[in-house]
Amino acid sequence: MKAFKRLEGLVAPMDRANVDTDLIIPKQFLKSIRRTGFGPNLFDELRYLDEGQPDADCSGRPLNAEFPLNFPRYQGASILLARENFGCGSSREHAPWALDGAGFRAIIAPSFADIFRANCFKNGLLPIALDAERVDQLFAQMYETEGFSLTVDLEKQLIETPKGETIAFETDDFGRNCLLKGLDDIGITLQSEAVIRDFERKHQTRFPWVFETLEV
Amino acid sequence: MGKTLYDKLWESHLVETRDDGTALIYIDRQLLHEVTSPQAFEGLRLAGRQPWRISANIAVPDHNVSTKASERAQGLAGVKDQVSRIQLQTLDDNCAEYQIPEIPLNDERQGIVHVMGPEQGATLPGMTIVCGDSHTSTHGAMAALAHGIGTSDVEHALATGCLIQRKMKNFRVSVDGELSFGVTGKDIALAVVGAIGTAGGTGFAIEFTGSAIRALSMEGRMTLCNMAIEAGARVGLVGFDDKTLSYVAQTPFAPGESHWDQAEIYWRTLHSDADAVFDREIRLDAATIQPQVTWGTSPEMVTAVSGRVPKLEEMATDTARQGLERALFYMGLEPGMSITDIKPDVIFIGSCTNSRIEDMRAAAAVLKGKRIAANISQALVVPGSGLVKKQAEAEGLDQIFKDAGMEWREPGCSMCLAMNADKLEPGQRCASTSNRNFEGRQGFGGRTHLVSPAMAAAAAVAGHFIDVRDLVEVGL
Repeated sequence: MKAFKRLEGLVAPMDRANVDTDLIIPKQFLKSIRRTGFGPNLFDELRYLDEGQPDADCSGRPLNAEFPLNFPRYQGASILLARENFGCGSSREHAPWALDGAGFRAIIAPSFADIFRANCFKNGLLPIALDAERVDQLFAQMYETEGFSLTVDLEKQLIETPKGETIAFETDDFGRNCLLKGLDDIGITLQSEAVIRDFERKHQTRFPWVFETLEV
Repeated sequence: MGKTLYDKLWESHLVETRDDGTALIYIDRQLLHEVTSPQAFEGLRLAGRQPWRISANIAVPDHNVSTKASERAQGLAGVKDQVSRIQLQTLDDNCAEYQIPEIPLNDERQGIVHVMGPEQGATLPGMTIVCGDSHTSTHGAMAALAHGIGTSDVEHALATGCLIQRKMKNFRVSVDGELSFGVTGKDIALAVVGAIGTAGGTGFAIEFTGSAIRALSMEGRMTLCNMAIEAGARVGLVGFDDKTLSYVAQTPFAPGESHWDQAEIYWRTLHSDADAVFDREIRLDAATIQPQVTWGTSPEMVTAVSGRVPKLEEMATDTARQGLERALFYMGLEPGMSITDIKPDVIFIGSCTNSRIEDMRAAAAVLKGKRIAANISQALVVPGSGLVKKQAEAEGLDQIFKDAGMEWREPGCSMCLAMNADKLEPGQRCASTSNRNFEGRQGFGGRTHLVSPAMAAAAAVAGHFIDVRDLVEVGL
């Protein structure tokens, strides 16, 4: 996994509450058996005026000129500023894959849906929850200032604004550590292999029916 | 202090806790389907890892499959969309390579993963169950700890037999009293989402308790737990009782005779203790719950069928007002209009929420001897599994649907998320028994109203939303 330590990046808005993962990456793109290639289809139904097809070239598609992420001023953004309950709905990890593919490394919102947040941490994408008032202020500053950028320091858990103001945020220790070091959490779990084997033996004695073979 | 059901399930699967507040939780069962597993298998392959315990897993294709009998008869070759066909083939190939049990496309046990699991006894009380699908919460109806995960965690569970988790908080939703005729588990689910919102359960495991929950069938409880995720809770739960036991007893993968008594003794402990403490609680009076209809683009945008679409001035915040405005624009609805004035074009009865035999019966009871209204351009009935289909046909329900002018299809996820050919056209409005009314969910530009099977059937007959109790006689 890509490590995430410090990021200075342009901020772009997704200014609506309850953005669901269907909106982030519509279902037709979930037919892919790859982890990559979803970037051009991020927010497909908002970004383009026509219906997107998997594995199709997006360069000639009609863009929705009213969708902020299509505005020239937000091109190259790596921080998405969003509203509450971002990433609700389907568990599709294609949502963080699409955000990552479109160049986003961090999302700032008042709250995130549980599964989406967990999926972000596994893909080098940092979800930052700030209180709603603070997010409101950032939206206002971003709309006011073209080229509005923020610096995110994960180690210090601080965001720096262009005016030099700092905003503290919290992340859970495990997720932060994995992101900072770019760790594969399967590898971490397998360090406990003996402990798992031992647990499994006791578990099987207690709940033997769980270990009956499924003969299909 | 007493323990909640969630606490008990957590503790019995706790491998180790770590200083950073995370825990390693043992996974008894992983359900796999074609959409969220290919990249997980690819990850295993690249890392040179093997599945931790092969028989922890069972796979079934469901999301992409065709529901047309003529296409299904050709097997995978009948899947016209090449990208879908490759994905389905990849599931078969991965299961073959890693020797993972798979119920194949045209096996009569094939179906939506959350219908097949309980039906086969592949998911049992007391288990930890995961699947790369958020509606895995369904299996909590069997007093199991079940939740959806992303593909990285699918790979993690495959490779290690465990997941790294944080303990959730406990949320109790009590529903006491008697549901009135025509009101179902789906209506309770929608009423709960309406009451607490789509983020109300974030960070919680929700346990549904109370006399109205006890009175629900296992199918009704599955519908309810299925939609816990629409309230933001990854986990929905219902405590074990005699109904759970009878349901499990008739499943093929139920514990063998040598383990049955031991299993039952354990399962009988799977309920919250009387003195258990919950972090949050709400109570609903079953008698006041009416049939529910969503009007917007989030499941929390819901009201009783006797209600109306909200007005902009009723919204408390700017964000809420903008959300309402956007939802009404997308849905093509006027503020303040009556729900019963909304006319669907399409009817969809199916999905992991409502495609079990009880759902088929409830819809058929309304449709018997009736025809769908002239303004309904398509009406799909998609049973949740081949076994549900077989049972419905044995009861003559398929004939009732066909006589009413509806299409009786082969099992799969179908128009719930429209990954196959079953989808709405832009602007089409659907009365759907599925779980999400998000923009574009059932097809690009499609408009979804979530309802129970009986309410979908009633809307099919009337040509507009109508209280099913106004259409059929009480006691039918």
